[in-house]
Order: sequence, then structure tokens, then C-alpha cells
Amino acid sequence: MSPVNLSNNKIKLSEVDQSMKWAGLLFIISATLWLLAGTALGMISSYKMHNSNFLANLEWLTFGRIRSAHLNAVIYGWCNNAIFAVGLWIMARLARTKVRHLGLLIIAGIFWNIAVTIGIIGILTGHMTSVEWLEIPTYITPLLAISYCLIGVWGIIVFRDRQSEHIYISQWYILGALFWFPWIYSVAQIMILFEPARGTVQSLTNWWFAHNFLGLWLTPMGLAAAYYFIPKVIGRPIHSYYLSFLGFWTLALFYSWAGVHHLIGGPVPAWAVSLGITASVMMVIPVLVAAINHHMTVLGHFREVIESPTLRFVVFGALSYTLVSFIGSTMSLRSVNEISHFTHLTVGHAHHGVYAFFTMIMFGSIYFILPRLIHREWPSKILITCHFWFAALGITIMIVALHVGGWLQGLAMNNPELLFIDVMKGTIPWLKARTVSGFFLAIAHIAFAINVFWIVLSVKNKPAVIGTKALFTSPHAK
Amino acid sequence: MNNLPLTFCGIFFTLAVAWVGIVLTNQIQYGDLEPTTEQLDPKTGGPIEGDPLYPEKPVGLAEQGKKVYMDLGCMYCHTQQVRRKDFGNDYNRSWGKRQSVARDYIYQNRVLLGTMRTGPDLMTVGERLPTSAWHHLHLYNPTITSKESLMPPYSFLYKKRKIKGSETSKYALKLPPDFTVEEGYEVIPGYRANALVAYLLSLKMSYDLPEAQRD
Repeated sequence: MSPVNLSNNKIKLSEVDQSMKWAGLLFIISATLWLLAGTALGMISSYKMHNSNFLANLEWLTFGRIRSAHLNAVIYGWCNNAIFAVGLWIMARLARTKVRHLGLLIIAGIFWNIAVTIGIIGILTGHMTSVEWLEIPTYITPLLAISYCLIGVWGIIVFRDRQSEHIYISQWYILGALFWFPWIYSVAQIMILFEPARGTVQSLTNWWFAHNFLGLWLTPMGLAAAYYFIPKVIGRPIHSYYLSFLGFWTLALFYSWAGVHHLIGGPVPAWAVSLGITASVMMVIPVLVAAINHHMTVLGHFREVIESPTLRFVVFGALSYTLVSFIGSTMSLRSVNEISHFTHLTVGHAHHGVYAFFTMIMFGSIYFILPRLIHREWPSKILITCHFWFAALGITIMIVALHVGGWLQGLAMNNPELLFIDVMKGTIPWLKARTVSGFFLAIAHIAFAINVFWIVLSVKNKPAVIGTKALFTSPHAK
Repeated sequence: MNNLPLTFCGIFFTLAVAWVGIVLTNQIQYGDLEPTTEQLDPKTGGPIEGDPLYPEKPVGLAEQGKKVYMDLGCMYCHTQQVRRKDFGNDYNRSWGKRQSVARDYIYQNRVLLGTMRTGPDLMTVGERLPTSAWHHLHLYNPTITSKESLMPPYSFLYKKRKIKGSETSKYALKLPPDFTVEEGYEVIPGYRANALVAYLLSLKMSYDLPEAQRD
């Protein structure tokens, strides 16, 4: 059952959009601001990697800190705010119900953003935990956890209040993710930071968390959006509904074990590593399923992909998901990992997943949602085109540079003839290419931000065409 | 697939099983690992009585230095783990005479294995580079000790001050000609620089464990 088949019973979709207006705006605007902040922090870190004297006298901008500030601003600032906007909006729409307790959601959202801000300042001022993906200092993480719980509970209340008879696959993904995230986050906080486990059990917990942040939080939310918007914009049901459930359960089953592949060769039990590798390889199943479902639905509808900004971004994300997951499974094999581990390839892979897959889908989703929330048309089509091409090109340059550069770095590092310093010097051209890609992404994000603030602030803008089709298939705004 | 309770069970148990499998099982398996002697007593199979136990507890200034290491984010470029001889190239780069094993980390309140090697591994840096003078120069400006280093300078951990009297302080950095500060001034390590160097010097694997022997 695709969302297009849920015809006009219950309340109107536009009423759902109306009621989500302020919460949606809060999260989208916060996400956009964090995206800009994260981009700036990322570009400074990237530049520092090949020019270590750049801003070197400023302690709070030292590489270790600013790189962690970039990571946390992006994942807890941009990604989570985007999820709160997109995931909860999809949840409310599919529930077909008048949403309640919006005050709770807005207050929790404000506190979430305050907590992330304090956390980033904490990292820059020397209170970083030095635990990957959990750098935010412990004096503020309880506030993050509480704010999250209120937001997550809100999503579950909406689901419980649903008026629709069918439960669409996107709802499963969102429901699962809303439940999984607080679990992995609180376990990681307790077992690593508050009551640390002994020795490398911490590392296992760390990578169980960090990989699941991607696998059981960003991925299901990205897939939920893809499963919602692809059929929605094209106007045909998803290729195979039953296949999508196979995809959901295999994802839940295998992704949750995969994280140990970050510790291959490390001081942890070999059986745990082997299990992690097995699970990573088994991830081929849910990825294939999603690939068949997404790409088969799109097949033959390339005109819509070109015309609809939403679909353009979402399809780019869905294609990236297929590619990044296959690469990820390959990277977990011991023989490949022996080379790729400890190199820039891992960093490239992380950006492949979080940006080329997840972030692109979120961009597409926001292009669909925001006009409907405030009943206005996107003011500039050129800016959207600019956003897409600079983002697509930028991330492609980054991924290629870090994959090729990282692989060569790994080969060189394993070559006993080469001095370590020469291995490092070999990476510099690739790191410079990464900085170039950062400029592309910065232009893309500025274009996106201008459009977001323009549409929000311009009162005279013409009302949007509300319907199941994307706004931009209307002749006015092609 | 509209059976809600079943779905909730599924969502719960998929993650629960992974959590038990990866986190809890390992916690049970080796979460209470104790220090032991370099060789085991062949009769009892346990530690040899009277022999020193390894690893040793970290103490003093080095522990303060670890906090500096953490708040500056050193682990984002430096790992602290040595892979086994036939896996990767750690051994040939003299990063350790044996692989590091789980027991090596039991006294670390925060384990900093790291996943990125923009710089060399530091598991045994205290053995490879045992002089504090080298580390101070290197931290103050890495290009003093390694000409083409990519590491950022940590000169903000050092103080430039006017030389009191006629002699420079015995703590002052002996900067080579290209890096000297103006006449009448000297550079001395701050408290955090001293702590960080103490920590780096404490990073050693100069003992055997029954499960991992040096050669």
C-alpha cells in the first residue's frame, strides 16, 4: 500500500501540514543553520590537514577539536534536526491525524539545539571526551538525552493516534529508529563515559554505537523518506511492498552487529570481529532489497527525476545508498580492511553514507515539505539547480579523492620500504582535492540556505500548488 | 504486517540480541580481566607468585597528560594499538615488539584505540622516543624534529618569557637557529606541556603477557 492509495478519508493532508508548521519550521531552520556551521568547521579542518600552520596559534581551533566540532555539529545538529523535521512530518502525514502536543515538541526541540550548541562550545573549549561520535562533554549529554526522549515520544504518540488503517513501510522505519536511537545512545553514554566498562569493552561499545548511529538511526530515517517520496512524487506504488518488509527486518537484524568491523586487527576478541564482518557482508540483502524497490519504482520515470527537485535529490541518495553499502561490505573483509583501515578511505566512506545518501535525501525531503508547511512556493529555481549540482559534484569529488587517496595511503603504509613521512606526503594532493570539494559543498549549502530563508521570510510569495505531485511539476515553476 | 505487538517485539529483540551479543557477552567474557605475570605458572596455570604484575596502573602527571591528550583530540590522528605481525605493517614500522592485547588496556579509564593514522601509532612511543626534550621540541613545532611533518604545532602549550638574569632557565627549550625567539627571551613548557610529555613517555609495552610475547 503506497501513500498515494490512501485517498481522502480522515483529515486532509494539508491540515496535517498546517498543524506541523511551527515545529517543522523550527527543525528545518535549525538544521539549515547547523549545516552552515558544520560546513565552515569542516572546511577549516580540511584545510588544516594539508596546511598545519593554518590558525595553529588558536588553541580552540586546533585540528583535533575542530574536526570533532564538525562531526558533532553535523550529526547532532544537521542530521538530527533534519530527521526531526522530515521523520516526524512523514509520521504525522501517514497517521492522517490532527497532531497534538506540539508545544512539547517545540520546547524539546529548542532544548535539543541549546544542548548541541553548548556541546560544540564544550568541544572547542577543551571538554571533549575523545570518544568517537560521542565527543560532546558529559555535563550536557543528559539534556540531549532528555530532549531527545520527548521528541521521540512525541513521534510515537502521533503513531498511536493514527487514523489510517494501513501502516506504511516508512512508519516502520521511523518507529524502529525512534526506539533504537535512545537505546544505543544511553548504553554508549553509560558504558563508556559515566560508568566506563573495563578496557576495550569500551571500544566495542563505542563502535556498536557509532555504527548503529548510521545504521539504525540515519539509515532507517533516510530509507523511510525514500520510501515515502519516491512513490509520492512519481505517483505509483512502491515496486514490491513485501520485499520492503524483508528489507526492514534484515536491516534491523544485520546492521546492529556490523559495527565491530571498525576494530579489525584490534585488541578485541576475534570472534566478535568475525561476527561483525559476517553481519557486514549480510547487509547485502537489505541493500539489494532497497535497491530493487527504489530503482524499480523509479525505472521509466526519469522525466520526474529531472523535473522534481525532491526526486532528484532522493534518487541521488537512494543510488548512493546502494553503492556505499556495497563498498562498506567489501571494506569489512579482512584482506581489504588490512589496507583501508586507519586511512582517509574510512573518512570518505563516512561522508559517502552520511552525505551522498542521507543528507541528499534530507535535502530532497525538505524541498517537498517546507512549501507545504508554510503554503508558499520556493522563490528560486536557479538556486535549487545550483544546490543540486554543486552538492552532487562536490560530494563526488570528495568521495573519489578520499577513496583513491585513502587506498594509496593504505598500500603505502603497508609497504615497509616507505618512510611514514613519505606516506603522509603522498596524501596531500588528495587532501587538497577534498578541500576543493568543500568549496563546492559550501556553495551548494549557501544556495540552499538562501532559498530556505527567502521562502520563510518572503510574505508576498505566491501560494504553492498542493497536491500529490511535486510542486515543481506545475508549469509556473518548472 | 499490521500485527503491532509482533512488530514491536521484533524491533526490540533485533537490537536487544545485538546488544547482548556484542556488548554484554564481551563484558562477561573479559570485562573483569586482571593483570598477570609475564609467564604463567605451568603447574597452577595462574600467575607466578612473587613476579611483578602487568600492566601497571598509570600514575601521577601522566594521568594529567592523558587529559590534555584527550581534550586536544590527539587520538584523531594517532592510534594506540599494534596489530599482529602478519596483519598490516605495524611490526615493521617498529610500533611495537608484539601486538597489543585486551589486557594492555584494563587500567585505562578511557581507551583511546583510535581509527586513523594521519600520524604514527603511539602505543610504544615512550620506548621509541624516550627523551622529554625531543617531545617538547616536537610539540612546540613538529618541523624542528621532523622537517616535513604534517602535525600542527602546539606552541600554545608553551610560554615565551623574558630571560631572568644572565642565564636561561634549565627548562627552556633548546631551539635550533631557524626557530629561535627574539634575543633575551626563552620558551618554557607550561604545565600542560609537561603533563602531555609525561603521558607520551609513559606509553610503553615493555613487558610480556602470557597471551602476547615480545620477540
